[in-house]
Amino acid sequence: MFIKISYFYKIVNDFLSPVVKSKRAEIGGRIFLIHQFLIVLEKDLTMEPTNIKDPEYFHKVVDCQYACPAHTPVPEYIRLIAQEKYTEAYMVNWDSNVFPGVLGRTCDRPCEPACRRGRVEEEPVAICRLKRVAADNKGDVKQLMPQGPFKPNGKKVALIGAGPAALTLARDLAPLGYEIHLYDEQKLGGGFMRSQIPSFRLPETVLNEEVNFILDLGIHTHFNHYVKSLKEVLANQYDAVFVGTGAPKGRDLEIPGRKEADANIHIGINWLASVAFEHTSKIGENVIVLGGGNTAMDCCRTARRLGGEQVKVVVRSPFAEMKASPWEKEDAQHEDIPIIDNHVPKTFVVEGGVLKGMLFEKVQAVVENGKRKLVPTGEPDVLIEADDVLVAIGQENSFPWIERDAGVEFDQWNMPVVDEKTFCSSHPKVFFGGDAAWGPKNVITAVAHGHQAAISIDLMCRNEALTNRPSPYVNLVSQKMGLHEWAYESEVVTDNRYIVAQADKKVTLSNRKKEVELGYSLSEGFKEAQRCLNCDAQTVFTDDKCIECDACVDICPTACITFTTNADETTLRGQLKVPALNTGQDLYVSGPLKTQRVMVKDEDVCLHCGLCAERCPTSAWDMQKFFYNITKAHTGCL
Amino acid sequence: MTYIRPKFRHPELPKNKLGYTISYYEGALSTLCAGCGHDSISAGIVQAAYEMNIEPHKLAKLSGIGCSSKTPAYFLSNSHGFNSVHGRMPSVATGANMANRDLIYFGVSGDGDSASIGMGQFVHVIRRNLNMVYIVMNNGCYGLTKGQDSATADRGSKNKSGNVNLFQSIDLASLAIELGATFVAQSFSGDKTQLVPLIKAAMNHPGFAFINVISPCVTFNNNVGSTKSYDFVREHVEATATIDFVPMMSEIKAEYTEGDSKMVKLHDGTYLKLHKLSQEWDPLNRLSAMNAVHNAREKDEILTGLLYMDPDSGDLHEMIQTSDRPLNTLTEKELCPGPEVLKNINADLR
Repeated sequence: MFIKISYFYKIVNDFLSPVVKSKRAEIGGRIFLIHQFLIVLEKDLTMEPTNIKDPEYFHKVVDCQYACPAHTPVPEYIRLIAQEKYTEAYMVNWDSNVFPGVLGRTCDRPCEPACRRGRVEEEPVAICRLKRVAADNKGDVKQLMPQGPFKPNGKKVALIGAGPAALTLARDLAPLGYEIHLYDEQKLGGGFMRSQIPSFRLPETVLNEEVNFILDLGIHTHFNHYVKSLKEVLANQYDAVFVGTGAPKGRDLEIPGRKEADANIHIGINWLASVAFEHTSKIGENVIVLGGGNTAMDCCRTARRLGGEQVKVVVRSPFAEMKASPWEKEDAQHEDIPIIDNHVPKTFVVEGGVLKGMLFEKVQAVVENGKRKLVPTGEPDVLIEADDVLVAIGQENSFPWIERDAGVEFDQWNMPVVDEKTFCSSHPKVFFGGDAAWGPKNVITAVAHGHQAAISIDLMCRNEALTNRPSPYVNLVSQKMGLHEWAYESEVVTDNRYIVAQADKKVTLSNRKKEVELGYSLSEGFKEAQRCLNCDAQTVFTDDKCIECDACVDICPTACITFTTNADETTLRGQLKVPALNTGQDLYVSGPLKTQRVMVKDEDVCLHCGLCAERCPTSAWDMQKFFYNITKAHTGCL
Repeated sequence: MTYIRPKFRHPELPKNKLGYTISYYEGALSTLCAGCGHDSISAGIVQAAYEMNIEPHKLAKLSGIGCSSKTPAYFLSNSHGFNSVHGRMPSVATGANMANRDLIYFGVSGDGDSASIGMGQFVHVIRRNLNMVYIVMNNGCYGLTKGQDSATADRGSKNKSGNVNLFQSIDLASLAIELGATFVAQSFSGDKTQLVPLIKAAMNHPGFAFINVISPCVTFNNNVGSTKSYDFVREHVEATATIDFVPMMSEIKAEYTEGDSKMVKLHDGTYLKLHKLSQEWDPLNRLSAMNAVHNAREKDEILTGLLYMDPDSGDLHEMIQTSDRPLNTLTEKELCPGPEVLKNINADLR
């Protein structure tokens, strides 16, 4: 029986479902039994050879870089730190994440939970704090940055808000000759990095230095300038407008007593800003901080430094579910701040017009129908005394200055409609990024947004389609230098994660500006850097060189490699030397070998030690350094 | 120098009945050439010992001299080991086995160590049916001394420098059958699915168990024209049966199942499951096994798998009726029972 191949695809599209057994299909006036074709399909469901020419395949193997919103080449800079090339390490960071000094202290570290090391032992590499080692020990980096004045290209861009997203955009576009106008209501740039992150976590000098690297590129700053109208901005003949105004509105808690006690109830983010700009320097002795996020942690620790003797964090949810990063919770507890969980605020207790404390209902988390609920325990309500309450229960976007008829469409939640790839709003000249685009995230996400919005603005100004985005810069180079020599340090050390030392609590609690973390010393930094598994040293397999001697299978310390008959992915995962259960990690599958088997490598716990390549008699395995860098507006177009 | 094996292992490595992961059976990092077949055999031994739930201190590995005889350093680090004199491993194994019959004796040798300098010892240990596993890692050349032809190099096989071997080769497997070995198998280092069950069955065999494993020398004997190269062996390999070592199981009643499958019951209630590929062959019949080997050689094939076994073999201790208790545990009290016993013995002789 003949059937044209085009029919075959039609059948696949129309009828492929697991329940099909013997469905009849009419094609060209003839009846076909579908199960006959499923036999053909099963054969085709064996895994295709992995396409390692797709840059995303090896990118995904570099877990940290893949997890980083800005895709910072992490292993690359960690190696530079190990080589004491701090300046170069800083510049690798600066290119990708723009604020290495700031992020080396305050990043949310999406890279660390992703770190491969966390899958073979307890703790990931301290990627974030290594970044700080580069930032603290860098030499003269300014000479390595783009040097102005730049030849103007005649285009003007307005940036509203001087936070990380807008500053990133300024840095990417200024070297191309754009005239950048940066607006912010505060007297200095930095946005939330300045107003929300307390100085004991991020010294002002560090922030100022990195903000100034950008401002020194010839940015026209309009500080102390609150932008009241988007229409007004658009009327100023800007070629593009970027909105990076963050999520500036702290959520309030409307429960009884709120109004009466207003004088002693403060919205967390406003209060932090007021401390940062030195409008506030005192707080009562008894302080309650409401909320379980990182802002709550910053609030309570700041309160401890402004006179709060008894500072308590009170959270609705159980401790383990708090949004704050584990290390921030630890730091708060280290400063004698109890975190009281499972307490839902009921009322502010006011006596004689003065706040006395708060009443809480005790709850417990119960799972009902797969949903987690907080159910009252029935115990009597708890009174916690307080002179001041800081409310840090979330923040929201707010765009009172954007006229709703200015051409920017807003959705039902009063959020601008923004394209996820191009960051362009429904107005072709208005772009959004950072927290302003889709609500509060973090600094590194804002930086990533800034890079992408810069590319969009540059494409638009050159009259190119915004979808025509530049490919990443990719390179793959063999690391083999000799019989047992690789260009990278392939030895896998077993050291545990090194702890970052902190300054004496007595000193830090008495001085709001004294940085708590001391950072790694150079020798600690070196040792921590050695823990990196060099996931960018990729194991590259060449099918036709393999003689199937099994040397790689036998030597692999983590049993990643198996030679087996090909099958569909689920079956294949099950028939490996150790079944590959982590489906988040890919299988590297070769083409058919001489024995008709395929090589399958589970990328999950590969240590990148290079022993497969070292024991390979024919160099079918090779360790090749994979470098992947997101193209930015300034690198792509220069 | 970066040639260091990391300490980390796969976090989900399964454990055997003793609670050990396979890494407990590993040895030091191999210093053999990259791609050496011997390393695959070592890995096969590690896997077999792990799957057989062997307590490492209940096993002694013995070897002579040569690339193959270096390998006991690369597996079972927690077991006993004796690296002896060239070709003299069988006598050391005999002595050890006589002293302590409770250990598993695992001899590793090469084609030089067994077919040349150690031939005398090899044939006599077979005659005595000493209870041990004897693996020859057979690469047809002297890899440790730059690849000269060994006594197992096939006539007409070409070495790396292009010289053709003029001499007849010694076929260790048929020699072993001829001399009355009670378990003879042949395998290929590049086929662990066959090799591992064979090693397991060999360890379980109560007598002399011989496995001749063709193990290509990637450095000196993996060239075109060699009959012991990866490519040549893969093209000419012919298996007697696919083999599976079945641990103790009660549900099998008949010794023979239908079709080409054969269950061979072993002395301790375990089974060897063979899916026969070669029709005119009975693994329990010495003559049939001999014929199968010779027929394959006629056709330029390398016959692998289990060739012959006598499941009811009685080993050396049985033959010479030694004490059930290992000799090394007998104290002076048992060994010198006193003048009364001597008197009785002398009385018997009168």
